[in-house]
Amino acid sequence: MAGYEPWSEIRAQEIITAHRHMDGATMPILHAVQEAFGFVPDLVVPLIAENLNLSRAEVHGVVTFYHDFRREPAGRHVIKLCAAEACQSMGADKLTRYAEERLGIEMGETSADGRVTLEPIYCLGLCACAPSAMIDGRLVGRLDEETIDELVAETNR
Amino acid sequence: MSTRLYVPNDATAIACGADRVARKLNDALAARGQSMDIVRNGSRGLFWLEPLVEIDTPAGRVGYGPVKPSDVDSLVEAGLFEGKTDHPLCVGLVEEIPYLKKQTRLTFARCGIIDPLSLIEYKNLGGYRGLAKAIEIGPSATVEQVFESGLRGRGGAGFPTGIKWRTVAAAPADQRYIVCNADEGDSGTFADRLIMEADPFCLIEGMTIAGLAVGATKGFVYCRSEYPLSLEVMNKAIEIARANGLLGKNVLGSQYDFDMEMRMGAGAYVCGEETALLDSLEGKRGVVRAKPPLPAHKGLFGQPTVINNLISLATVPVILDKGGAFYRDFGMGRSRGTMPIQIAGNVKYGGIFETAFGISLGELVNDIGGGTASGRPVRAVQAGGPLGAYLPVHQFDTPFDYEAFAAKDALIGHGGIVVFDDTVDMAHMARFAMEFCSHESCGKCTPCRIGSTRGVETLDKIIAGTKRDANLAILTDLCQTMKLGSLCALGGFTPYPVLSALTHFPEDFGATPKLPVAAE
Ligand SMILES: Cc1cc2nc3c(=O)[nH]c(=O)nc-3n(C[C@H](O)[C@H](O)[C@H](O)COP(=O)(O)O)c2cc1C
Ligand code: SF4
Ligand code: FES
Repeated sequence: MAGYEPWSEIRAQEIITAHRHMDGATMPILHAVQEAFGFVPDLVVPLIAENLNLSRAEVHGVVTFYHDFRREPAGRHVIKLCAAEACQSMGADKLTRYAEERLGIEMGETSADGRVTLEPIYCLGLCACAPSAMIDGRLVGRLDEETIDELVAETNR
Repeated sequence: MSTRLYVPNDATAIACGADRVARKLNDALAARGQSMDIVRNGSRGLFWLEPLVEIDTPAGRVGYGPVKPSDVDSLVEAGLFEGKTDHPLCVGLVEEIPYLKKQTRLTFARCGIIDPLSLIEYKNLGGYRGLAKAIEIGPSATVEQVFESGLRGRGGAGFPTGIKWRTVAAAPADQRYIVCNADEGDSGTFADRLIMEADPFCLIEGMTIAGLAVGATKGFVYCRSEYPLSLEVMNKAIEIARANGLLGKNVLGSQYDFDMEMRMGAGAYVCGEETALLDSLEGKRGVVRAKPPLPAHKGLFGQPTVINNLISLATVPVILDKGGAFYRDFGMGRSRGTMPIQIAGNVKYGGIFETAFGISLGELVNDIGGGTASGRPVRAVQAGGPLGAYLPVHQFDTPFDYEAFAAKDALIGHGGIVVFDDTVDMAHMARFAMEFCSHESCGKCTPCRIGSTRGVETLDKIIAGTKRDANLAILTDLCQTMKLGSLCALGGFTPYPVLSALTHFPEDFGATPKLPVAAE
């Protein structure tokens, strides 16, 4: 579980300044913002637009296009279960239902207590050791009900 | 030099416990007062064996796998540190494992053997000989070697790399770019990832040669965000290359300059499409551009750009080192050289199998892959990722070759094959293909954006048994519209998995099965 910084405009400006010189700086800035705050706050959009000489609409368009960028904070833990074909061939669908049951939430949801978010991901490149998952950035392969139980336990810590 | 023990630093190995295995081995060594170097090599690509622990012995490297952290104690007891071969997890001499021995490793020659971040080991196994050759023969002869090799783009479309490079070299410009497509979004593929994590200098060398060949001084690698470890290893390798005069001004002491940097995608499959990727690199939404202009004429920031798949670029060093003719002599028909075939899904021996084109699909699935992991009969294989067709067992005689696959409305794509056993529901897989397309569509064309959503709805009706015949007709018609009216292969090829599932497995769609096709 990553501890994120609270929103701060000064910090956001620092991040932007550190990346502004790059060719095509928008994506690197958005990634860095999300890494710092855990999501891309709406307040950062005008700031990026101003710094890069873009319109707000352009920056907003980029934020909303990519699946990775969150506009709201996720749960304290994030479990991503691979939903792509190779993982399906090894029973990912059934495991997903199991995880949903164990966590009491459905794919795409965050638990009411903000403890955990469950999301699909489309391939982690671990397709020869399917099914696979990522929990708080850590990779897990050869998933079964037992490993799902372990992941669920991890979110309780 | 103390004995070396190898534990892969590879995403698959780590996902299966390699870091904990390395720690336990370290503890066991300390407890015994023994000292050995634990090298974090890359993976050999024999993923069913990961984590594969290896140790140097006078006879060669002996391997043990798949090693779980809980196996370490018994392995040490059984003499792992002495390279003893009694433990049931011992696989003997790694180089003698048939899966590895049967391969022709040209692009992946060093993977798993070396410490990925050791320049010395890279050079000892042929590294930077390709670049030295390119410097010696100069830009246009370098392009001609690549042309002569017959190398076709490994990202999916199979376009001759040499022709692409010629076009960029001939386009007038002050600034040209090399862009490496490492978006590798296809399920069942991990070849790009393996190179980045096991042999990063190979990609750096390949891009540097490309830069020299076409007169580009700057390169970008667009790597998907699902590959954090690849990004980390590549970034370190780039630093090392810079510090050693292999990137920057006057690379390898020549008159050529080249530098490169990593960029991270953000979870959009469509950004693997080359023009969407370029827009994304420029900081925009990853929307597909209409062609022309070709990226070779107007690519990144409007400048002439070579955009190649990672494997295309990582194959260039060996082509320059050994010569275009050497590479061209492998393969069949117009598919020259080798392909890293990625065997994945419900398969016993999943991993990378680099081999000359021409091997049959059945050999790959049954002989090399060992059939299903579940032990049940194989029912279908999806080749070429989410836009590739499902092939039934009676098509397993198809040779791995661009044209042979195309003749069956199938595609090699990036070389992934995903195996399914007889529990698969093909109507469900067809629905998934449509759903994936609607999830990932860049939104530019209606047949793709709206058609895929309608496709999901129509398949739901078929699956529910509602007006089946009428809805099957609608689905077929819709697929036709998507094929003809889509700007890129996301909308244009999604019909292939859908229609192949329908054609070969009509019983899963509630239709009466066709008469069984002549036995295989
Ligand atoms: C939807 C879509 C996704 C694609 N994804 C990838 C990818 O992940 N990696 C890749 O190299 N090519 C991908 N391609 C193919 C690229 O557009 C392009 O053909 C390739 O990067 C050219 O390099 P090559 O000639 O070396 O293959 C994709 C194409 C489409 C239409
Ligand atoms: S086919 Fe789909 S992904 Fe491709 S350009 Fe059209 S809308 Fe975009
Ligand atoms: S399909 Fe799940 S890791 Fe590739």
